[in-house]
Amino acid sequence: MTGPKSAPENVVDGPQKRRVTGVGRLLIAVYGLLALAATGRSFVQIASKFDQAPLAYSLSALSAVVYIVATIALVRSSGRWYRIAWATISFELLGVLVVGTLSIVDPALFPHDSVWSVFGSGYLFIPLVLPILGMMWLARHRPAGQQARP
Amino acid sequence: MIEWFTWLQVGVAVLAGLLCLVLGLLGRVPNDLTMGATALVELLLVGQLVVSIAAPFAGNTASGSLLEFYTYLVSALLVPVAAAAWALIERSRWSTVILGGACLAIAVMVYRMFQIWTVQGL
Repeated sequence: MTGPKSAPENVVDGPQKRRVTGVGRLLIAVYGLLALAATGRSFVQIASKFDQAPLAYSLSALSAVVYIVATIALVRSSGRWYRIAWATISFELLGVLVVGTLSIVDPALFPHDSVWSVFGSGYLFIPLVLPILGMMWLARHRPAGQQARP
Repeated sequence: MIEWFTWLQVGVAVLAGLLCLVLGLLGRVPNDLTMGATALVELLLVGQLVVSIAAPFAGNTASGSLLEFYTYLVSALLVPVAAAAWALIERSRWSTVILGGACLAIAVMVYRMFQIWTVQGL
């Protein structure tokens, strides 16, 4: 993959006025896909077997909602949404680390699959890698005027 | 599900996905070829929806959860549409890459749907 600097999209797009540019769009697309996957799975779990593991499936639904909010926050990524993006992405990283570790140390705690079980191995470890990439992207793309806020 | 139709869908989705990924990384904006490839993947998914509704009447019933199956199918139907909508709004190379990613995701989802239909409940 060539670096974003050599990307010819600037020629196509004209001046850089977009909030989300280059590889950031890819990040949003992957987030959107993960949000869809997490929502679909948690819908199936809750609709068909919620009573088997209310805690695990509630967590599943919560993670789905957080992925949706994170996707929206990344699309907006200015002002308040910038902070919401940080909050949701931090929550995801925490979730995947805690649930991932617990699911390996004590598998009995999480007998049912969730997005975060075994560090998201059922999702090609995307849930583990994505928050880190998201944080790197957010750190580099601080919205203008953000520093001025208290 | 019909087995050969499944492999046809997976094959077309993988080819379309690789095509869009390569052209996107080469810097092409979405064009008729990449949009057409994505549209073909979507068309096959609509075909899959018809097949899935009709198959049980021909004795070809799902062994796994129908709820899970249709959640996958409905989600899958949305993915190429969303990627194509994105490509129409933002005419950049990354939109082509996203078309490719969407097609590859469809390949995985169709394979998963086939698993749910045939080998669940073991």
